[in-house]
Amino acid sequence: MEGAWVALALTLKVAGWATALNLVSGVAIGFAMARARFPGRDMLDALLTLPMVMPPTVLGYYLLVLIGSHSPLGSWLIEHLGIRLVFTWQGAVIAAMVVSFPLVFKAARAAFETIDPQLEDAARTLGIHEVAIFFRVTLPLAWRGILAGLLLSFARSLGEFGATLMVAGSIPGRTQTLSIAVYEAVQAGQDDTANFLVAVTSIICVAVLLSAGRLLPGRVAARG
Amino acid sequence: MTWDVCLQRVLRHGGTRFDLNVRFASDVSRLVLYGPSGAGKTQTLKMIAGIARPDGGCVAVAGRTLFDSACGLDLSPQQRRLAYVFQDYALFPHLSVRQNIGFGRRRGWLNPAPQVDDAAVDRWIAAFHLESVAWHYPHQLSGGQRQRTALARALVNDPTALLLDEPFAALDKALRHRLRDELKDLQAQLRLPMLLITHDDEDVHVLADQVVQLHAGRVVEAPSLQEAHA
Repeated sequence: MEGAWVALALTLKVAGWATALNLVSGVAIGFAMARARFPGRDMLDALLTLPMVMPPTVLGYYLLVLIGSHSPLGSWLIEHLGIRLVFTWQGAVIAAMVVSFPLVFKAARAAFETIDPQLEDAARTLGIHEVAIFFRVTLPLAWRGILAGLLLSFARSLGEFGATLMVAGSIPGRTQTLSIAVYEAVQAGQDDTANFLVAVTSIICVAVLLSAGRLLPGRVAARG
Repeated sequence: MTWDVCLQRVLRHGGTRFDLNVRFASDVSRLVLYGPSGAGKTQTLKMIAGIARPDGGCVAVAGRTLFDSACGLDLSPQQRRLAYVFQDYALFPHLSVRQNIGFGRRRGWLNPAPQVDDAAVDRWIAAFHLESVAWHYPHQLSGGQRQRTALARALVNDPTALLLDEPFAALDKALRHRLRDELKDLQAQLRLPMLLITHDDEDVHVLADQVVQLHAGRVVEAPSLQEAHA
């Protein structure tokens, strides 16, 4: 049972980091895609959404090709920064991040696109510079949609299996997340461990969904 | 010249093409841009404020040149210091009346706090009789209160002129009468040059020192005040 808590802590750490990184990248790219007009925009949008529909193992394979120790990027990271991504928890973060990125990106883009551009124009005529407008008007108005995307992204990261297994492997205590631990326990015939892990995972997922439900309509009521 | 405007822009919407070519100059402090919907009034006002980009031309308001394509001058809307009241008021839905009015008083990355202590904000709240709704959010306001909030928000920064886009269109008839008179008094008090766009004859009668009539993107005639009242 000791191992279950280690797996739980690791899972929360990986999902937390992946969601935090997606908050920054998803909001930035979602905003850029909502506002910028350039050729190939639809193509780029499709590429960024691809992780949502592609099998996680395929994504994991791509990631291995991209950041594996023998890849140009992977060997550069090891040589110059001493960072090894494959078979580490940081690798698991990258896998979870890539898989759940479209959930934040799509939600953020949709949220930004529903904002009335006149509100930003109004702020301009009031003398507020562009960066401040983003933090004072655009982001507060898009925040609810972005938050919904973030919660889904966190939930998706918690359950990530395929890409994580490909990139980070299944090293107990280091890269073995809950969903991978469940698989390993069942394979090894350890039914007690499997039952316990499944129960823990289920409770967390219900808790995330409940908090999502509480957080979102609550804010709607406060705003009216 | 209080108003010296000469703007060209070609707008394309799907397959249709709209040529906007507006030129007018006037020295009156209450100028009304009058014309049917789709005449290019709002586009013209937005280009004067700098929130829409003309293809070419020049804009000078109250003796200050804000835009001149001939010499590459193009002040940002932030630098133009023009008060702008949008047709549907464009109040910030996530901020209270007080925060909306104080919005332009803070230049940083944060919105004014709900409790913000600002004498200028208090003065405008009192001037527009908004004390009772100062803590309310825009969706809780009546049409008249929304308009007053939008006016207060635009005026709190000591602008050099006031631009209004159909300010009475969203109000019912009785309220329209009253607020028209209020606006007239306010303008007289502040002595602020005012440019108002409308398709309503009543606005022209009550508020115009001079009328510029717009049709299909061009100025068709610029009758004097007497003609407008005739």
